[in-house]
Amino acid sequence: MRLELRHVTKRFGDFVANDAIDLVVEPGQIHALLGENGAGKSTLMNVLYGLYAADGGEIRLDDKPQHFAGPGDAMAAGIGMVHQHFMLVPVFTVAENVVLGQEPTGALGMINVKKARNFVTEISNRFGFDVDPDALVEDLPVGVQQRVEIIKALSRKAQILILDEPTAVLTPQETDELITIMRGLKESGTSIIFITHKLREVQDVADQVTVIRAGQVIGTVPPTTSQTELAEMMVGRAVDLAVHRTEHTAGAVALSVKDLTLLDPEGRAVLDDISFDIAAGEILAVAGIQGNGQTELIETLVGLHKPSAGTITLQPPAGPAQELAGRSVKSILAAHVGYIPEDRGKDGVVQGFSIAENLILDQVGGPPFSSHGGLKMKAIADNAAKLVEEFDVRAGSAHASLSQLSGGNQQKVVVARELSRDLAALIVAQPTRGVDVGSIEFIHSRILEERGKGTALLIVSTELSEVTALADRIAVMFRGRFMGIAPAGTSRNVLGLMMAGVEYEDALAQGARGGTPTSQSEHDGGAEWVS
Amino acid sequence: MSTTTRPAPVAPEADLASLLPRSWKVPIALTVFTLLSAVAFALTTKATAVSRVAIMTGTTGLGTINLTFGTLRWSWALTAVMAAFTGFAWWAAANRIHQVGQLPVGTTVGTIVGVGFVCTFLLWAVADKASPLQFTGLLSGALFLSVPLIFGAMAGSVCEHVGVINVSIEGQLLAGAFLAAVVGAVTKNAWLGLLAAPVAGALIGALLALFAVRYWVDHIIVGVVLNVLVSGLTSYLFSTVLSQNTAVFSVAAKLPTWKIPLLGEIPVLGPVLFQQNVLVYIMYVGVFVLQIMMFHSRWGLRLRSCGEHPRAADTVGIKVNRTRVLNTILGGAIAGLGGAYFTVAAGLAFGKDMSGGRGYIALAAMILGGWRPKAALLAALLFGFADNLQNALGIVGVAVPSQFMLMAPYLVTIFAVAGLVGRVRAPAMEGKAYKG
Repeated sequence: MRLELRHVTKRFGDFVANDAIDLVVEPGQIHALLGENGAGKSTLMNVLYGLYAADGGEIRLDDKPQHFAGPGDAMAAGIGMVHQHFMLVPVFTVAENVVLGQEPTGALGMINVKKARNFVTEISNRFGFDVDPDALVEDLPVGVQQRVEIIKALSRKAQILILDEPTAVLTPQETDELITIMRGLKESGTSIIFITHKLREVQDVADQVTVIRAGQVIGTVPPTTSQTELAEMMVGRAVDLAVHRTEHTAGAVALSVKDLTLLDPEGRAVLDDISFDIAAGEILAVAGIQGNGQTELIETLVGLHKPSAGTITLQPPAGPAQELAGRSVKSILAAHVGYIPEDRGKDGVVQGFSIAENLILDQVGGPPFSSHGGLKMKAIADNAAKLVEEFDVRAGSAHASLSQLSGGNQQKVVVARELSRDLAALIVAQPTRGVDVGSIEFIHSRILEERGKGTALLIVSTELSEVTALADRIAVMFRGRFMGIAPAGTSRNVLGLMMAGVEYEDALAQGARGGTPTSQSEHDGGAEWVS
Repeated sequence: MSTTTRPAPVAPEADLASLLPRSWKVPIALTVFTLLSAVAFALTTKATAVSRVAIMTGTTGLGTINLTFGTLRWSWALTAVMAAFTGFAWWAAANRIHQVGQLPVGTTVGTIVGVGFVCTFLLWAVADKASPLQFTGLLSGALFLSVPLIFGAMAGSVCEHVGVINVSIEGQLLAGAFLAAVVGAVTKNAWLGLLAAPVAGALIGALLALFAVRYWVDHIIVGVVLNVLVSGLTSYLFSTVLSQNTAVFSVAAKLPTWKIPLLGEIPVLGPVLFQQNVLVYIMYVGVFVLQIMMFHSRWGLRLRSCGEHPRAADTVGIKVNRTRVLNTILGGAIAGLGGAYFTVAAGLAFGKDMSGGRGYIALAAMILGGWRPKAALLAALLFGFADNLQNALGIVGVAVPSQFMLMAPYLVTIFAVAGLVGRVRAPAMEGKAYKG
């Protein structure tokens, strides 16, 4: 089926999310939609899928204009969508999720379980998906959940399949499997619209690339276009994709974690016997698929969880070593530990407060910003003026509400607050998630500057490319355990195996057979964390 | 990425398990009950005391059996059993054993000790009384008293599974009771009253749906406001219209009590379960049908998808808010039907605020039952039993202050819900507006 979008426009209030977009997807084509976060890719696909009503333009399938009042109409017309945040009910089985809305029923509306299972197994077998129809979705790994989503779309006879950022939650190996699946679907005649911001994947799988920036189509180009060119089209200016790092001058061990274990209330280990050392002026990056204990690790380090066992020892440049395990968050922060949380909207800032207030959130308890329970407005304003300037926070005024800032500028506020303190160790989670390219470059350079000052840094990131770009050493977490600590320059392939639960030595042995060497992925690695 | 899927964590290994804090809550609570049973009941019993219990057999020929227990011996025997299981609970807690086979230790041992405690209490309470404890009456009364709780819990679970928190069960029961009484009295036909009850409940359900789903008002606030509204409105009508026309309105119509042939003849169980009011039979069918439909039908699947992941439902073409509105109205109708219990089923005229907080207890029963109609039924029976204890003991002439006995159902509610909730999971998106 041939899909054509003509001048599709979508506004939210004054904001134009899609500005007269034209797009043609030929039958059996894999068409990549490339753009930064917030460029309007997802909005466009939600319009196509009937979730949003367009304010102008038309959608044509095989040259017939379509009017979708809801997703039901889009599905009936042969459009299926795999959302970035899966649209699966966690407490339902695979079969129940697949038949939801199109249930095979017997008398009195009772669901015909056998037919429901067949829906799944038939498609699963045809494409070699290997999915158990009776498994509960919440028990399945993310990669399998994604296949359930694809089965769901195919069971509705989708001829055009929209995949919204499908690789964001996958290991490199799972990504390869997905790419195989996409090629299989293409051969069976299904068109695929593949939304992404990762250049490498575009070049691997797409037949045609359309780049979107700020709600407008910048151009449609073949996938052979160079990465630098694609990145420039995405961002709108020349981008320096490389991270400039100076040579490593690690000092003495500054943060030492031994046998750290954290149990959840049911007694399962969310952190299982984790040990590592970070030297002053060293970056240890923690890679891994989201939800493997990284959040719990950093939250335990800053005192949000009390560890069930193990020690966390901080050796500041001056003074005696201190034990952090079991201490309160306040006293850990006071011991010169900085913390940049992974969900800044929830844990890092107070949206309703001003920029100036957010910049002193963790230092408001005493001088210089307060005394005898009263705030010192002058000191707070001076501090804000200085940091806004130094960290290039783009805001009308330091007294503006934080909620008015873009994601990148909000993150700069958090980074400014933490780095303005004198730190012995800095714990960072997802430093550039949802941050625009300009801010990414800036935040990375500030992190490396902090490393130069001799701070011990722990950085958690699910973007493998960010990990390889910043790290001096790379730890990979899987189900609450470290699969090993690999040196910088370890190949994606080995790291991917570790992310799937293979120990470092075994991964190294397997990776040596037919792996992608780092040198190759290094130059495009930088580009991959764009957006 | 807010994908919160986490890989199944590994089961605790032997060395990890020793890091877990032990939980002493259950054994401590059980020890208190065992000691209470020994000190308050067994030790205060005279050696010669006897407790008499009457049980209806159901078979018309035999009538009732009178059993006589030596109070002292039986109290100590039951206390010994309780002590044994309490000891087991201590041992299990010390060794961090939470399950034996499929049985969870806390719940199982707790139930056994709880039953033991109730039995010792009953034996003590009726010791040396002139009339025997009517055991069959105690159970069948408990079943009857739990009827509004069960209807309320069914209503609550329909609404919560679709994503709407229904605190207005109380108001729906009261509205159902009111309309059933009025229609029953005017038409002199209890059946028409029974038909009117769900209409009143559905109206309240519709108001809840309007504000909660259409206008995104906090569900709990709307629910409480509706309860106050219904209470005020029915009280006003009661003291004006109803009281001034007693000739028309205070004629109480009553639904018949049927004895089911054959089933009603089963010894002991027959008189409890199958010589009941018509509304009780409707309840049996209701729970059975709802349990199956909710988890095995298209209606149930769509209903639950709207409460668990409304956006997923929307993306497969299910109209989330329409589903929510319709099922909230259905829930209201179910609770309204339960309201008929207070008037036409019991053969009483309407009285001010006669639902007396049972809607809230119904909500507790639903939570205790883990949002499943089948299990909510058991929870409601527990509350009904606690409620009926005062009636049964009042007949025998027990010295326990009636105020204390009136507290019993609420105490049971608090302990049961506090002890068990947290382990069951509510529908993920209940109480959250779906804004498309």
